[in-house]
Amino acid sequence: MIPELGQFALALALAVAVVQAVLPIAGAAKGNAAWMAVARPAAQAQALLVAFAFGCLTYAFVANDFSVAYVAAHSNSALPLHYRIAGVWGGHEGSLLLWALMLGVWMTAASVFSSHLPDEMTARVLGVMGVVSAGFLAFMLFTSNPFDRQFPPAMDGRDLNPLLQDPGMVLHPPMLYMGYVGFSVAYAFAVSALLSGKLDAAWARWSRPWTTVAWMFLTVGIALGSGWAYYELGWGGWWFWDPVENASFMPWLVGTTLIHSLAVTEKRGGFRSWTVLLAIVAFGLSLLGTFLVRSGVLTSVHAFAVDPRRGVFILGIFTVLIGGALVLYAWRTSRIGLGGDFAPVSRESFLLANNVLLAAAAGAVFLGTLYPLVIDALGAGKLSVGPPYFETVFVPLMAPALFLMGVGPLARWKHASIPELAVLLRWALAVSLAVGLLLPLAFGRWHALTGFALALAIWIVAAALISLKKRPRGSRAHLGMVVAHIGVAVFVVGVTLVKTYESDKDLRMKPGDSVFLAGYVFRLDEVGNVKGPNYVAARARISVTKSGEPVTVMYPEKRLYVVQNMPMTEAAIDPGPTRDLYVSLGDPFEDGAWLVKVQHKPFVDWIWGGCLIMALGGLLAASDRRYRVPLPLRARAQVA
Amino acid sequence: MNRALWTLGAFVALLALLAVGLRLNPREVPSPLIGKPAPPFELPLLTEPDKRFSHKDMLGKVWIMNVWASWCPPCLVEHPVVTQLARAGMAPVVGLNYKDARDEALPWLKRNGDPYHLIVADVDGRIGIDYGVYGVPETYVIDRQGIIRYKHIGPLTADVVETKVEPLLRELNGG
Amino acid sequence: MARALVIFWVACAFAQDPALERRVTNLAHELRCLVCQNQTLADSNAPLAVDLRNQIRAQLAAGKSERDVVDFMVARYGDFVLYRPPLKASTVLLWVGPFAFVLIGFYVLVRFLRRRQVPEPQLTDAERARAAKLLE
Repeated sequence: MIPELGQFALALALAVAVVQAVLPIAGAAKGNAAWMAVARPAAQAQALLVAFAFGCLTYAFVANDFSVAYVAAHSNSALPLHYRIAGVWGGHEGSLLLWALMLGVWMTAASVFSSHLPDEMTARVLGVMGVVSAGFLAFMLFTSNPFDRQFPPAMDGRDLNPLLQDPGMVLHPPMLYMGYVGFSVAYAFAVSALLSGKLDAAWARWSRPWTTVAWMFLTVGIALGSGWAYYELGWGGWWFWDPVENASFMPWLVGTTLIHSLAVTEKRGGFRSWTVLLAIVAFGLSLLGTFLVRSGVLTSVHAFAVDPRRGVFILGIFTVLIGGALVLYAWRTSRIGLGGDFAPVSRESFLLANNVLLAAAAGAVFLGTLYPLVIDALGAGKLSVGPPYFETVFVPLMAPALFLMGVGPLARWKHASIPELAVLLRWALAVSLAVGLLLPLAFGRWHALTGFALALAIWIVAAALISLKKRPRGSRAHLGMVVAHIGVAVFVVGVTLVKTYESDKDLRMKPGDSVFLAGYVFRLDEVGNVKGPNYVAARARISVTKSGEPVTVMYPEKRLYVVQNMPMTEAAIDPGPTRDLYVSLGDPFEDGAWLVKVQHKPFVDWIWGGCLIMALGGLLAASDRRYRVPLPLRARAQVA
Repeated sequence: MNRALWTLGAFVALLALLAVGLRLNPREVPSPLIGKPAPPFELPLLTEPDKRFSHKDMLGKVWIMNVWASWCPPCLVEHPVVTQLARAGMAPVVGLNYKDARDEALPWLKRNGDPYHLIVADVDGRIGIDYGVYGVPETYVIDRQGIIRYKHIGPLTADVVETKVEPLLRELNGG
Repeated sequence: MARALVIFWVACAFAQDPALERRVTNLAHELRCLVCQNQTLADSNAPLAVDLRNQIRAQLAAGKSERDVVDFMVARYGDFVLYRPPLKASTVLLWVGPFAFVLIGFYVLVRFLRRRQVPEPQLTDAERARAAKLLE
């Protein structure tokens, strides 16, 4: 009964979405206030219906209703409750429902926080979001229904993939989807601006906080994914340039470009058509990511069950939404140039340079991710493009961008002076160079690249602090920028130090054996057997000491999840602000010995710490007073 | 206007690429050995381990090599097709028993039938690596000069045999 | 201190030749596991991956170079096994592309900036005072 109710709710939601897509936009074109007024209630009704459907599916999981095919495929009665709930989005159909739920959340937010917008704008924005929603709801109802029943019902479920039975599963997809889906708001604003023919600074001001918040969620989502891979997969890696990871990174890069471009459009009215294009591309990349994960076009550890027919449907959605937006773009922006009035050396031009670098970086990731497909499609064979390529190409592109992060925020709008900047930054330069030269020596090994990267990180922090000093009573948005930039610097430090100075040992150990690594002694005390709710495991006890003093005890496990008969390595991690100790169990030998891998990872937590600081900066910027206080009426009229 | 048209053009190209991509299989790795001499091997027979068989023994004949294992479910699925192919007599089918245990492979053959001209045992998989085997089952067609002419990855189907293998065998046998 | 040294030497005896292992791991990170869903030979536990890692170790230990091992793998599995695409006619666009993006982007940017009119430079305080005086 409940699953049927859920399905019915989805069908109703689709009907509402279609109404929401058609009436308000037509109403805005015709000036029909009644039609435009449909937008807000339609959006909220739709969100409620989708939330209800989501609740129905959650209920089916919690109540172990194995007559629902999706529940039987992804759950099990022995699965702990919180994973039964997370299992709702553990597979393709349910994750689409999560997508729709997130869209409902954003639509509701857009309908509530838009009282300061002109009615036509609200109508158009919600109308466009209605089109997006209709696409996804149709996709679910016609090809990927999470409520399909199976007869006879299964005795018990096939269990959630053990890799997903983890707190990361509870947080990572929702955060990531909040980000992906959040870019639909920026997209909706862009398309609305194109529909109305009015591309001005006001539009940028309205869409900027939405974009920043979406970006913030995406930052957190990607960081969570990376952190989860780090501790879950058992070998200590945290980024693989896998197609699905790239599919989340590309919208992030373009989203970052968009935030910077919006800053110029809002403050100075420049870059208007470029910013609109970026908003369309950012959401387009979100959609492309959705396509890549589910269509089987690229091989990935993250891919959902593959079905090219579903790929065709998503490709259709992608064509309509992005193709349509681009056609509108071509038509409406033919007469609008980049706009803005600024000197060759100015904050605007530094931001433009930043845009070029970030866009090129996004392009590089795009090229590398899709190139194997291009070669295959042309019949020229099979190719793999992996981490060696991306690292070689990405780092040189980012280095100048990191340098500009020091200069741009200190440059004046409209006309900046290089001598003035040099004076402001001379100590920053000196300190950066000093740190770059000396810090690697302190760690024991000097590498030019390491020094260079560290120098860039210190440069960014120094410039950020100078920027704070220059404007001690600056706005929260300014503080947000400073914090976010510092977050980037922290991230760069983490990546640089871990990649340069990490060390590991992979060896056979019997109980009583010890291994020495990076000043620590790891002693295998014993290996015993333990039983979990839905797994059995061999658990090792490893005591760690440093210079004779006890540091910690670690318990790596080798688990076997009984339902899927799947082995899993559960690494033991001792985190710390300056290093992580990472121990994983390999395979057992016949004589009772085990293959043990111990790793020392200096400053690895700064990677995710940096991401969280970046996200905090975004939150500060989005909560700036000027977005919460409506413009006085007179100014509003002028701006329109 | 120009910029927008370029963008639209690039978008259409992307759509075309993705549409084509939906028909391709990114996991299938074609063999670089097509047209190259079959890698040499000299292995014991599965049924009579003290007898050995070498690739040279097949020179002058057109033959098929079918890589299989008792632990491989798709091998069981394709076995009737392989049997049919062997019975058709157009070319002898030599089995390469890949990374398998003799006391599991022999019962498997007893249960499912042994259509093979003979079977060699590649216990450590070393010969498989030389042949670029990355999954079982895989099937090779080798000509009189010992050159690999065709490789099929995955289970053989009647369709593949009819449309690809048999025409090739006719050509190699007749021509 | 002496105890630490003893433990250190004992630990060394248990590890295989670390320099060789380092070479094996580095090379294994550049090669693809063909039966996995996008993993390197270093990270995968699939039987074929283990076999190929052993091959790498055996060949490097026998004195072959990294180049030789790579050629061995490519001869059998094609370019697909390489995670660093080789530079060929078909991959020129891939390797050059990102840098071309940046160069083209900056070229367009510089051309665009040159075509703009330079707005009036800011007045210094002295000039501002002079202007004020003149306007009185």
